[in-house]
Amino acid sequence: MSDTPRNTAEYEQALGSADAQLAEFEGPKRTLLGHVQHFLHSHPTMVPVIVLALSLVVFGILAGERFFTPFNLSLILQQVSIIGILAAAQSLIILTAGIDLSVAAIMVLMSVVSGKLAITLGVPPSLAIMASFTLGTLAGMLNGLLVTRLRLPPFIVTLGTWNIFFALSLWLSGAQSIRSQDIDQMAPLLKFFGNSFRVGGANITYGSILMVLVFATLWYLLNKTAWGRHVYAVGDDKDAAELAGIRTDRMLISVYALAGFICALAAWASIGRVGSISPQSFYEGNLQSITAVVIGGISLFGGRGSIMGALFGALIVGVFQSGLRLAGVDVLWQVFAIGWLIIIAVAIDQWIRKVSA
Amino acid sequence: MTQEPILKARGLVKRYGRVTALDHCDFDLMPGEILAVIGDNGAGKSSLIKALSGAVTVDEGEITLEGQRISFTSPLQAREAGIETVYQTLALSPALSIVENMFIGRELRKPGPLGQWLRMLDMPAMQQFARTKLNDLGLMTIQNINQPVETLSGGQRQGVAVARAAAFGSRVVILDEPTAALGVKESRKVLELILDVRSRGIPIVLISHNMPHVFEVADRIHVHRLGKRLCVIDPKEHSMSDAVAYMTGAKRPEAA
Repeated sequence: MSDTPRNTAEYEQALGSADAQLAEFEGPKRTLLGHVQHFLHSHPTMVPVIVLALSLVVFGILAGERFFTPFNLSLILQQVSIIGILAAAQSLIILTAGIDLSVAAIMVLMSVVSGKLAITLGVPPSLAIMASFTLGTLAGMLNGLLVTRLRLPPFIVTLGTWNIFFALSLWLSGAQSIRSQDIDQMAPLLKFFGNSFRVGGANITYGSILMVLVFATLWYLLNKTAWGRHVYAVGDDKDAAELAGIRTDRMLISVYALAGFICALAAWASIGRVGSISPQSFYEGNLQSITAVVIGGISLFGGRGSIMGALFGALIVGVFQSGLRLAGVDVLWQVFAIGWLIIIAVAIDQWIRKVSA
Repeated sequence: MTQEPILKARGLVKRYGRVTALDHCDFDLMPGEILAVIGDNGAGKSSLIKALSGAVTVDEGEITLEGQRISFTSPLQAREAGIETVYQTLALSPALSIVENMFIGRELRKPGPLGQWLRMLDMPAMQQFARTKLNDLGLMTIQNINQPVETLSGGQRQGVAVARAAAFGSRVVILDEPTAALGVKESRKVLELILDVRSRGIPIVLISHNMPHVFEVADRIHVHRLGKRLCVIDPKEHSMSDAVAYMTGAKRPEAA
């Protein structure tokens, strides 16, 4: 009953004489625009870098000499440092294809916690800061647990925890601010990151240095360690990552916990930056951090983009605000400009994505 | 046959509510062979494969690997035991490079404090290893192993997934519909790759709907029907139409 089963590939024999020429899609000439598109596709951080360079040039011309003083440039660095650190935490979450609406809420809550402990309850400031680190990590972990265990969308989870953490901040502080003088008197350590040193005319705060260090550390973790590559893999395709042997839930929880820890760092830095501790501060910080990440070219769909993009994104926002202010433009037009910047950044990102590799 | 099966299952039962996906199913994979698993849609092939690869836990029955009783609760455990599965979806991360995909979940770290304390990846060593493995399998038409997987063709991606499965001293490789999404030429490459993996002594479980491919490469064919093994046939003694007839119930095998 056998009819030559081993020759089943017979029908493929024509393959030997098949046309070896494969279809070629690449035309002989690529337009200049095509070259640009290809270059940007293989160097994704170049977009925010170019935008940053261009905006520096444009505002240098518009705002005149005052813009390019070392003092003003270091001031921009100071101004973006808190949102920058939050954007670093936000980038981690967005790389996993999530979004964290609670970063600023965790930060504010942690600044309130350390203020309450150190000023109101008289706990040694170093212990108060350690406590805020621990609680910040736990707050991030709570987000992670809700996302992974209850399988809720990160948007919903963090929308909820944003409100919860905000309410807790109000409750803990009794809706009262802690005055700058009280901090100076009782726990100057809380203001550590507000200290600064001078280089030429520039005034560099420790908070600015902290921001750069946070980004450098995360860059290393994301690019040079297995953990970092797994962050990208999970954001890229969670099911594939799971099948490939990554414990995606544990990975996600660790990402949210690290983001929470970074928010606690931002909390410490924010006390130095603002001077006082207020539960009402940084109410727009969540969205500002997302703005920086998006302008930095990190995809909201996860798995693509460089952490350094978020740093450049935060700096671009800072340069726009400073430049427009120095050029004498009303604040409302600064907001207007940032709005267009977001839309243009995402449009450019989509355009680069379309490149045929 | 006096040889012991390397991977053996007896009386596997898996129920999903009122549906019985596996109904006292048996399974045997001999060392060094290519065993094809065929069956109509809904026959329970994928449940069987998921049971073997740890993706589902069976309700009853036992699985042994080289005589050792095993019970996996996750694909990770199966992989650690040496059962590698190439899923139909391939489980590759498109934006990561070929090297990163090959090593995902078992990256190499640099020796010394850089690796131990700073957890730094040893990219040169991983690239070297990946290059060797892809070379062994004749896949070095891929020029740049640092290019993202999304830039590869379907056949090349399959190649990377198979190379990943075969590269890490695995004892059994399970391939789920490896040629389903490929063109004629690419399918041919993948079949050669499968034979190549076998020639390294690694036994393969091949799930496929493509009868010509199954009959070409398989040493034995496990026909799955209604949640259990209907029969095992020798492709040299049976025709494709026999196989299809068994699979669909149009014909019953002579004395089991």
